[in-house]
Amino acid sequence: MTNSTVLSVEGLKTYFYLDDNEIAKAVDHVDFAIEPGETLALVGESGSGKSITSLSIMNLIEKPGKIVDGAIYLNGKNIVDLSDKKMTDIRGKEVGMIFQEPMTALNPVYTVGNQIIEVLRKHKKMSSSVAKKRAIELLKLVGFPRAEETIKEHPHQLSGGMRQRVMIAIAIACEPKLLIADEPTTALDVTIQAQILDLIDEMKHKFDMGVLLITHDLGVVAEYADRVLVMYGGQIVESATKQTLFNDPKHPYTNGLLASLPSLDKQTDRLGAIKGTVPPAHRFPKGCRFSTRCPHVMEKCLHANPDLIPESDGHEVRCHLFK
Amino acid sequence: MEVKNSEDNTRIAEDVLIQVEHLKKYFPIKGGVLKHTVGHVKAVDDVSLTIKKGETLGIVGESGSGKSTLGRMIIRLLEPTEGKIYFENDDITDLSNRKMRPYRKDMQIVFQDPFASLNSKMSVSELIEEPLLIQTDLTKKERKEKALNLLEKVGLRADDRNKYPHEFSGGQRQRISIARALAINPKFVIGDEPVSALDVSIQAQVLNLMADLQDEFGLTYLFIAHDLSVVKHISDRVAVMYLGRIVEIAPKDDIYNNPLHPYTQALLSSVPVTDLSKKSEKIVLEGDLPSPSDPPSGCAFRTRCPLAHDRCTTERPHLLNRDNGHSVACHLHDNK
Repeated sequence: MTNSTVLSVEGLKTYFYLDDNEIAKAVDHVDFAIEPGETLALVGESGSGKSITSLSIMNLIEKPGKIVDGAIYLNGKNIVDLSDKKMTDIRGKEVGMIFQEPMTALNPVYTVGNQIIEVLRKHKKMSSSVAKKRAIELLKLVGFPRAEETIKEHPHQLSGGMRQRVMIAIAIACEPKLLIADEPTTALDVTIQAQILDLIDEMKHKFDMGVLLITHDLGVVAEYADRVLVMYGGQIVESATKQTLFNDPKHPYTNGLLASLPSLDKQTDRLGAIKGTVPPAHRFPKGCRFSTRCPHVMEKCLHANPDLIPESDGHEVRCHLFK
Repeated sequence: MEVKNSEDNTRIAEDVLIQVEHLKKYFPIKGGVLKHTVGHVKAVDDVSLTIKKGETLGIVGESGSGKSTLGRMIIRLLEPTEGKIYFENDDITDLSNRKMRPYRKDMQIVFQDPFASLNSKMSVSELIEEPLLIQTDLTKKERKEKALNLLEKVGLRADDRNKYPHEFSGGQRQRISIARALAINPKFVIGDEPVSALDVSIQAQVLNLMADLQDEFGLTYLFIAHDLSVVKHISDRVAVMYLGRIVEIAPKDDIYNNPLHPYTQALLSSVPVTDLSKKSEKIVLEGDLPSPSDPPSGCAFRTRCPLAHDRCTTERPHLLNRDNGHSVACHLHDNK
């Protein structure tokens, strides 16, 4: 961690305590850091723990879930034990957030303007007239040419892509150093997806933010991320720069994911599907969590969960095949 | 099966399973105190196409393009406002539910959301046996046997038969939906976004399964999806829809290697790809899809088209064959 590190997550464990004394280890010892101007992608399938990781960072884990261990440094300050009240001051101010479904993230009964102004009034202590002016500027910045009229509209009057632009305007209103984008384009069509991801990238450069991009789409990772963490079973199984991950993937799960993708360029008769399904978080296999689906499974994998170890500079892999 | 109504026996080529002509679906918009019809959503607006026996026709388009409405009309789950639907040689456009029944056996659909499309109160064997009970004369024992056989075919275990849908993952439920669709040996299966709700590793399993079953049973597929890579993988030919119309249709290699319509070009360039060496220029389209209740005059795509000119405002381009089964509806490609 350097002085400028925006976010550093260390040894994060978020467990869910289920009925009949079972524990779902949704996030199980996760470490990573984000620097200013960097997009770090967290990629994985449903149940991999990627969204629980982002909710943990914002302290939005609800019962029966709990952060049981670890530290989360935001701009150098550990926020893991902060009170709800203190976290409310941080969310929206020091961390901007964009979620998958902008219709449920926006309040349907308030105008777009109200919802941006509310953030500016609360966190920036602006007067309503100053906040209104700033809201119009922000809407113009995210691509509403008629911002003076847009602030009077309600979310249902906007399309999905436009709602996501409003979410981005709210997220960057306080010029946070960290932006968390949790599947920001999953609900959008592909031509709109390109517009929104380009906008996030532009805002990242403009405000020198660190971006945590959570996605299941490896194509999005390849075009927009700088570094990538592949998650499986609540743990990081591979960590690398984008170039290394796509040119020289090591973990059998990463390779499986890449082989599962139908390609626009090449024609393959059969896709390299990974057998089986992701085990639920309270039924992880003993040993390596990918062992039940791995084509290279060895005796050792059934007993010992491998550590995340450096394979080369900046490239880490959690697999017994490598040491 | 009694006489299927067919006025013209030579209407359809031998190798064609389905032919639709000038199909339209307009949904009325009701307004005012008396709920008068104040306008129409033109969900599908004059679509003609053929699907050959044994082929997979893919339909891509964004939300609101009308691709699902088209699929549902073809198998008569929705009544068309105008147009004709032929199955093999028979006009099935206006058949009553009773007359439609023999054809239902030949056409099945697999929906996107396997959580919503399977009755949660029925066990897997009941789900798969239900179509057999309705459409065949098989005895109870034969139905059980057939269901077991199908379970195995779609990659589930025999002891799964007494379980209920909630006990399965999304991918497994989609396998159940497929087994149910195949139970009565259909000729034609529509997949309406059948893998969109699945994770990529599971999506690959289901796509492989669908390809295997097609080979084994000689099925004809209409595969509807928004994901261009998935459609490319599974299809033989691909149609691109925009605002209720087909803007381009061609054999898959032609459409992906040489897209002619500006919308197809933009759509293809917007797909993020994992090959880092292949960073092509993205054509980012301005704005959103216009409302299908008030589509632009002339060419529906002109409001977002980087190459639109005067003629596009006044004249609707027709879908014309340019080159060996490659058809495009765009004025730029007239007289070529």
